[in-house]
Amino acid sequence: MSESKLGIADYPLAERRPELVRGRRGKGLADLTLDEVLSGEVEMEDLRITPDALLQQAEIARDANRATLAGNFERASEMADLPQEFIMEVYELLRPGRAPDKTALEAAAARLRDDYGAERLAQFVEEAAEVYERRGLFTFRF
Amino acid sequence: MATDEYRGANRWKRFSDWDERALRLDNFAVEDAENGFAAFKGANDPSPGLTVENGRVTSMDGVAEADFDMIDLFIARYHIDPEAAKQAMAMPSEQAARMLVDMNVPRAEMVRLAHGMTPAKLAEVVAHLNAMEIAFAYSKMRARRTPGNQGHVTNAKDDPLQLAADAATAVAFGFDEIETTMRVSRNAWSNALACCVGAAVGRAGTLFQCSSEEAEELQIGMAGFTSYAETVSVYGTEKAFIDGDDTPWSKAWLAAAYASRGIKMRCTSGAASELLMGFHEAKSLLYLEARCLCLQRAMGSQGTQNGGIDGAPLAASMPGGVRELMAENLLAVWLDLECASGNDARSSESEIRIGAKILPFLLAGSDFICSGFGTILKYDNSFNPSLFNGEELEEFLVLQRDFEADGGLTPGEETRVLELRRRAVDALSAVFEELGLAAPDARMKASVVAASGSDETESYLPRDVAPISEAIKERGISVVDVIRALHKRGFVEEAENLLFLVKLRVSGDYLQTSAIVREGRVIGAINDPNDYSGPGSGYRLSEERRRELCNIRDVLDREEVLRGAAVHRTAEAARIAYRDMGPAGKGGDAKEVVIGISPAFGLQLYQTLAGHSLSRVLAKMIAGIEEAGAKARIVRFRHTGDTSFLGLSAAHLAGSGVGIGIQAKGTAVIHQKDRLPHNNLELFSNAPITRLEHYRKLGANAATYALGEMPDPVVVPTRGEAMGARYHARVALIYAIETGLTSEGAAPEDVTVEFKESAT
Repeated sequence: MSESKLGIADYPLAERRPELVRGRRGKGLADLTLDEVLSGEVEMEDLRITPDALLQQAEIARDANRATLAGNFERASEMADLPQEFIMEVYELLRPGRAPDKTALEAAAARLRDDYGAERLAQFVEEAAEVYERRGLFTFRF
Repeated sequence: MATDEYRGANRWKRFSDWDERALRLDNFAVEDAENGFAAFKGANDPSPGLTVENGRVTSMDGVAEADFDMIDLFIARYHIDPEAAKQAMAMPSEQAARMLVDMNVPRAEMVRLAHGMTPAKLAEVVAHLNAMEIAFAYSKMRARRTPGNQGHVTNAKDDPLQLAADAATAVAFGFDEIETTMRVSRNAWSNALACCVGAAVGRAGTLFQCSSEEAEELQIGMAGFTSYAETVSVYGTEKAFIDGDDTPWSKAWLAAAYASRGIKMRCTSGAASELLMGFHEAKSLLYLEARCLCLQRAMGSQGTQNGGIDGAPLAASMPGGVRELMAENLLAVWLDLECASGNDARSSESEIRIGAKILPFLLAGSDFICSGFGTILKYDNSFNPSLFNGEELEEFLVLQRDFEADGGLTPGEETRVLELRRRAVDALSAVFEELGLAAPDARMKASVVAASGSDETESYLPRDVAPISEAIKERGISVVDVIRALHKRGFVEEAENLLFLVKLRVSGDYLQTSAIVREGRVIGAINDPNDYSGPGSGYRLSEERRRELCNIRDVLDREEVLRGAAVHRTAEAARIAYRDMGPAGKGGDAKEVVIGISPAFGLQLYQTLAGHSLSRVLAKMIAGIEEAGAKARIVRFRHTGDTSFLGLSAAHLAGSGVGIGIQAKGTAVIHQKDRLPHNNLELFSNAPITRLEHYRKLGANAATYALGEMPDPVVVPTRGEAMGARYHARVALIYAIETGLTSEGAAPEDVTVEFKESAT
């Protein structure tokens, strides 16, 4: 990450700050070529967004007066390293009536915090647990 | 008795005519606010209100914090900007409405205020605007300067070959985003791969989504086949939300999940979804949508697909419903969301209502004019027919040209489109073969390339597609495998294009508000901001873009008309010979009718607009004159090409004082020497529908007038054809050829004609 905050002058990063853009295994944009794909040097993993890139986009969004979009990118940056199954498992728990009570959501929040260091996501799930209890969403649906 | 008969009619038949119009297939519903049928004024719409204590929202729109439902809670916590709220909530709504249409109030200032407004306040403000003002405010407030469009690519068979061909076609017509969905859900992976390959043909950068079940959609995205999603639906009441099987927290989770995979995402909402789901709380369409939009911003979605969407037809059934759809799009852009502005589900069977519905958005521009233009035929649309469809795509192109308005599309040249379709089908076939998924044969491919829709294809059926789709999923095939397969089989450009698209997700630039790709660059609200501040600012057509929009097919020019005429020269030469006999004088025979022909008649122009050769027209008129007992003389005039003056000049030379004037395009008149130029005896102004028999009767009537009797005027029956639209461009070009041959004061010349074939 750069020292000073990024802003709208740095956007689009791929054009204005290409040196900041890195794939999952550290490859720069210039390395992500067709030849490298054909030789097997570049795999799907190299074409995934990184937590850092999402934080960079969050900085730009905040500079563009889009704080809520920035918040989404920040949550996403914590999610970028989560296994897909776990993301979908928590999504399923957050849907109405899936969790029988708030303990399941609290357990998910604890895993997010303890196993993945995803503090924002943990708080977000805890917030949902509190709201669901208040609104009676822990009810049987199917 | 007479009175009874008079009362016998129980209906003015015009109502029966109207019954037959497509319009009468549309449902119209009475305004009924208690039951949710209200566009702007719901029975239970709250008055705007907000209290904030120590930065915490303690009541909003008449609801105390303790009673907040989960939507209120989410909006209060994440949407409301307490700083902006002080000013925004205190401002009279009418004043805010005026600022929306005031070009001197910057967009950024309006956005700041919107972030301090509650849903009820936002709804109250835009309700002050009439439809014209809403459209204007929309053009000022939308986030990205350059307008764009999005299209559906689906077919009734889930045929991957057709998907590839149609995706390439949509890309050729300029869509910035294309979306597919399936008839059979297990075909999702095949649809995704097929469209992904098709969209890489012709140019790079068209974003693509495959609308499917959430978990699957994310998986498909992670495999690199798709680049955006817009299936994250939200609702304006808690009960509708729960029946939609989600909460604001689960949807926000999904929003972050897409971003975390480098996939662009927008939410979906729109008028009347709560009404369709049975939980409207007796609130208006607009107020509920204002809640949806505040929620979407709160969740951190960069944008929305709204403006009715599936509920658009229901909204359009209510008084003011279409205005409401416009108002909710305005709310979206005012809140600083990217807006794919509906014009999606076909909201009427009436083509006039359809055209009227699209126009404000075409004029105002939009991030995506349609959040799903049907690029395919209506029956092939697996979402549902769109407002505009494959059938009507050319009408949209012409509307762009008419208004010099950029609707995001570009006319596609016929042979180029065919070439791209073939290339897409070949590319996908190569990928299928390389990856051992299928081996389409030549007949299948040929049928798809030429087919307008799936009724005409002899290709894959849904049951053939399922194993292909399952294999893609089970074997974990990714876009990288597809890129390699394309390259191996010589589709290098397509491989490059696909890699370009997947690389976008590494920087995540296209996750920002209103981002699309144009000419290999990500442009969006940050680097292509809408800076409208009055005439001369904001989006304007460049000369180059204007040329593109104007370049529709089959446009006439002078050379084209002359070429068209020249085609008939040889055939006419075999039928007739004109011989100039020197200056024409006044005739002495009281039975003489003069036919005055125009300068280009038979010399540069050879056919009437109805397609009758001038030799036959002339023969018919002469025959008519002679049958009625008069004699014909032909005189060519070069001082005028005007029908009335041709006729009057002919009358002056005729021994009888009656003359016929006729232009090469077939417009004719019967004139008499003592009349004013435009006060003729009979006028035949509808040349395109004037048949040979009419010209014979014209000659006979002229003769009858010459003999001092009064004939029945000839009636050329019209069925209300739009003659001007059909012919006037050609007429003006043809007439210019006539006037080009005139010279002032040129003397009339006698002409004899020799018919080389039977006159009848």
